[in-house]
Amino acid sequence: MILSADQSAFRLWCKPMDIASTSANQISTDDLMIVNAARVLGTLAAAGKAACFVGIGLPSTAANLARHLYSPEPVLIYESGCIGSKPTRLPLSIGDGELADTSDSVVSVPEIFSYWLQAGRIDVGFLGGAQLDKFGNINSTVIGSYEKPKTRLPGAGGAPEIAATAGQVIVIMRQTKRAFVDRCDFRTSFGFGDGPGHRERLGLRGGGPKIVITDLGVLEPDPETCELVQTQMHLGVTAEQCVENTGWKLRIAENVITTEAVTDREVNALRELQSAT
Amino acid sequence: MAEILSLKEAIARYVKDGSTIAMEGFTHLIPHAAGHEIIRQSRRNLHAIRMTPDMVYDQLIGAGCVSKLTFSWGGNPGVGSLHRFRDAVENNWPHQIEIEEHSHAGMAARYVAGASGLPFGVLRGYVGTDLVEQTSSIKTISCPFTDEALTAVPAINPDVSIIHAQRADREGNVQIWGLLGVQRESVLAAKASIVTVEEIVDKLTPVSGGVVIPSWVVSAVCLVSNGAHPSYASGYSERDNSFYKSWDDIAKDRESFVEWVKNHILGTTDFDSFSRSVGISALV
Repeated sequence: MILSADQSAFRLWCKPMDIASTSANQISTDDLMIVNAARVLGTLAAAGKAACFVGIGLPSTAANLARHLYSPEPVLIYESGCIGSKPTRLPLSIGDGELADTSDSVVSVPEIFSYWLQAGRIDVGFLGGAQLDKFGNINSTVIGSYEKPKTRLPGAGGAPEIAATAGQVIVIMRQTKRAFVDRCDFRTSFGFGDGPGHRERLGLRGGGPKIVITDLGVLEPDPETCELVQTQMHLGVTAEQCVENTGWKLRIAENVITTEAVTDREVNALRELQSAT
Repeated sequence: MAEILSLKEAIARYVKDGSTIAMEGFTHLIPHAAGHEIIRQSRRNLHAIRMTPDMVYDQLIGAGCVSKLTFSWGGNPGVGSLHRFRDAVENNWPHQIEIEEHSHAGMAARYVAGASGLPFGVLRGYVGTDLVEQTSSIKTISCPFTDEALTAVPAINPDVSIIHAQRADREGNVQIWGLLGVQRESVLAAKASIVTVEEIVDKLTPVSGGVVIPSWVVSAVCLVSNGAHPSYASGYSERDNSFYKSWDDIAKDRESFVEWVKNHILGTTDFDSFSRSVGISALV
């Protein structure tokens, strides 16, 4: 079954908005990914799912943007032990002093992974990686073989347990043939494994990857097959483009929708955040 | 009771060729000065353990001190690759290193087990990942009460753990605050421990969110002001993000790395002289 746009979660935040008068060429693909992720977080926070485990880079920017745009705002949790961080500028690392200084609570690393993540207190986890496969599994370990890697990547960090345990996972990655692969060279973080039922068989408690935000649009898992399907495309992006930039035989949802343009409010808040950094 | 020693003496006494060492610090309070001193003293065949081996482990690996690395994330946070780490794993330069790879949650559980005097830690982790096949120190066990399948990881008990902290008193009681990472666990898990500090004071005054590691579980305290640089010590300095960015270029190629180590670490006598040679000043 192909997911219809009406059934998909992101439909919620595709409500009419003030369209930005800013001309489109001022919005980079990074900006689009950040704004889209912030919209998802805003929707989740409104639904009472606010606790968000954030990594550095686009996820951190998106989460901080969401904090500025939405009320209730998401609660930002960093693996360095910061709970409820409210940074005024964007951190370079997950351990920047700004994150600790502005948080509600600072806990040790064993505590953040056991009391907070493992115990099921995280609603949303953000992940990215070098490779993503059609079932939402992620590789951040090696390209090539493990013994003789072509490229040695940083490795797992907190990702495997975030992928297993968070209420749901949002993936942010650029959609390219190299990155969106039929099968990952290494399975660092478990998505839907080999397909339907695999998470349940392993007893994983979290909901898995519910949304993949890319520079071309959004993919979501087909609820029956668990395969990632293109359900949204950014303005000007074609279905052919999405297919060409995906390493598996990508399906486009019947009612694929076009991303709402970035609003003035969104772009202004983002620029303000970036200029404070 | 901890002895107040020079860093040079502490490293000479506690870090030997073939030692298992842990130098923890989760972005904050990374013991860079101690890492440099290990390079200066040309230690070899170290089993280096760290959740987040970043710049200082890149330096140790590139300088040929490390024969085995146990870790969970090896990158330059916010910047990119650790080039010396990659060169060692991908091309065996300067020599082959063995790796034992875990996740953060697993490493944290291993330190807690080590600090608790238990043989292993238990977590819900690694399930469905390929790490299970690659890392022999990840095993599945059954809960004796519920039969639930859980993951066991062995305790970490380093020969020596090295951390940086804000301050100590003259008895060697160590005070640390801000992001605590896994530093306290790493000290309590180790057979010996070295703590470098920003300052040594007559009396420790309480700080919100701070912990004190009592003198009698610490082997040596060494005064090294700004000794975490380019990492930082909350209340004393800020993270030098530009230094982390510039490391990318230095470490990218072997020659520039070797030259940098020769000029700034091997060619200097201690952390003060290193700081002068690279042009940083303490931000106290």
